[in-house]
Amino acid sequence: MSRSNPVRKAPRYVAEVDEGGLGAVDAVRVSDRKSNLWLDAWRDLRSRWMFWVSAVVILFIIFVALFPNVFTTVPPNDQCFLANSDGGPEPGHPLGFTKQGCDVFSRIVHGTSTSLSVGVIVTLIVAVMGIVLGAFAGYFGGWLDSFLMRIGDIFFAIPYILAAVVIMSMFLKERNILIISLAIGFFSWPATARILRSEVLRVKQFDYVMASEALGLSKLRTMFAHVLPNSIAPVIVISTVGLAAAITAEATLSFLGVGLPNNLFMSWGNDIANAQQSLRTNPMTLIYPSIALSVTVLAFIMLGETVREALDPKARAQR
Amino acid sequence: MTWYIVRRILQGIPVFFGSTFIIFSMVFAMPGNPILRMFGDRTPSEAQIAALEAKFHLDQDFFTRYFLYLGDILQGNLGTTYAGQSVNEILARTFPTTLRLALLAVVIQLVIGVLAGLISGLRKGGIFDHAALLITLVLISVPVFVLAFVAQWFFGIELGWVRPTVGQGAPWQDLILPAIVLAALNMAYVVRLTRGSVIETNQMDFVRMAYGKGLSRRRVIPVHILRNSMIPVTTNLAADFGILIVGATVTEAIFNVPGVGNELFKAINRHDMPEIVSIVTILVIVYVFVNLLIDLLYGVLDPRIRYVKK
Repeated sequence: MSRSNPVRKAPRYVAEVDEGGLGAVDAVRVSDRKSNLWLDAWRDLRSRWMFWVSAVVILFIIFVALFPNVFTTVPPNDQCFLANSDGGPEPGHPLGFTKQGCDVFSRIVHGTSTSLSVGVIVTLIVAVMGIVLGAFAGYFGGWLDSFLMRIGDIFFAIPYILAAVVIMSMFLKERNILIISLAIGFFSWPATARILRSEVLRVKQFDYVMASEALGLSKLRTMFAHVLPNSIAPVIVISTVGLAAAITAEATLSFLGVGLPNNLFMSWGNDIANAQQSLRTNPMTLIYPSIALSVTVLAFIMLGETVREALDPKARAQR
Repeated sequence: MTWYIVRRILQGIPVFFGSTFIIFSMVFAMPGNPILRMFGDRTPSEAQIAALEAKFHLDQDFFTRYFLYLGDILQGNLGTTYAGQSVNEILARTFPTTLRLALLAVVIQLVIGVLAGLISGLRKGGIFDHAALLITLVLISVPVFVLAFVAQWFFGIELGWVRPTVGQGAPWQDLILPAIVLAALNMAYVVRLTRGSVIETNQMDFVRMAYGKGLSRRRVIPVHILRNSMIPVTTNLAADFGILIVGATVTEAIFNVPGVGNELFKAINRHDMPEIVSIVTILVIVYVFVNLLIDLLYGVLDPRIRYVKK
């Protein structure tokens, strides 16, 4: 239907059909490998030893946390005899005894679930708060954006360990995993919110967002259905690293004396703090829980690092 | 530049009020009666309670008490501990030591961090680069108190190179090991940031141009590459400072450095709530203030920041 058609005298100017765009569609070979952000990232991850090492270590840690009794039958807190105080390894007690005569290996195994629970709960709190606040601020903009981000600035201005110290000092008797997780998580969401917000600001300019709204989807549904899935990648990375930071924070608070009560929870931080007295005589009771803690944190940081590099082409180029 | 400074300071004001307000609200929500706590096992009379409530303004409402607290802070009156010591005196005694420790840590972190980052960025993929990435990964993963204990045990007790705890008056040579421990985490971040931005700057056209017009590496590396790579390191100084505050608390407690962090640690273990709150408030205010200074410094260093219009 070109302009030179003598039969149809167009009363108005009709542009030539631009074949370029459609031609480009034909040029894509369907048989080519599928490719998108996640598939590319997975291909990159698959080829990296750091990813596999951290994944195996994390799966192992989860297994230990869920089934501690597979690894040790010695109870961590009962059957501590002062006769064994600071004793070396014995059959059935591969890592020796603490100053109170408790089995070091058993305490480490049973402490795994405490560390991991705090890490997971804090990560969930931070992710939910950060995603909801960051997404609303970024997508709706205007006064809501300014308001939420100023609140974020205020929470950001308080180092979360210091805030947790104040909160935990208020709870002397009823300290438990949920309270320590809330104390850590409630002050660490602004970083996640900021990252998600800037990502949402980038994504909401794309045509598919406008198309979705033009097709009649409400702003809220567009945000959840189209904007969030496309801006979530950096949040996954920061959450993995955040999980490691939460585990460290729990141990640090326990070390400072505002962590979980020693007699009710096995916590690596507590064990390390208690072993301080025997640093000269029996340093290994301090070293073993430290190794457990460091390896756990290292595994999550390594996972976060490899996922970040896989998702970010710029970081891949720097390798 | 003036407009930039004014805007930054104006932005800092709500943060100051907001953060002190949050700390105050947390303490306000605290369970238990502080007056009864002062008496321990004994039961005070009604009149005693009323007199003490009036003295500490406990009979006032929430907002009045917040403004009284704010007024006290602004006048530099930080209250007393349970034992009756003035928090001002404690801070005046301990702050200089913490400042020296922090200064030493910042110098170590920047000098070693930038140097190592520069070398590994320029020789991307080399042995030094791989080693630096691995070591920084370990430093980022090991919690500061673990690092402190291991350093104390290894260098202080096993090898006996330094004294395991800091002696009277905290002389500089005793502060070196605690400062290295305190600097370790931030140093790892500085290495990684510098490395990343050196690699990026190295590919810029102006660097090729500089080599192309015949400049030597000795001129291009410090002037063209390093200077432009320092921007992310400067931006990150604010986050570094937060890590430094928490790290100082732990490090000072372990090495027995007579600083503010050690005082906070002792207060926590004595359950001395007024002292904990006063020290945390001061640390948060210092943190807000340092953040502001770093933002201003950033504006001075990078003209692009100054002229960003909202």
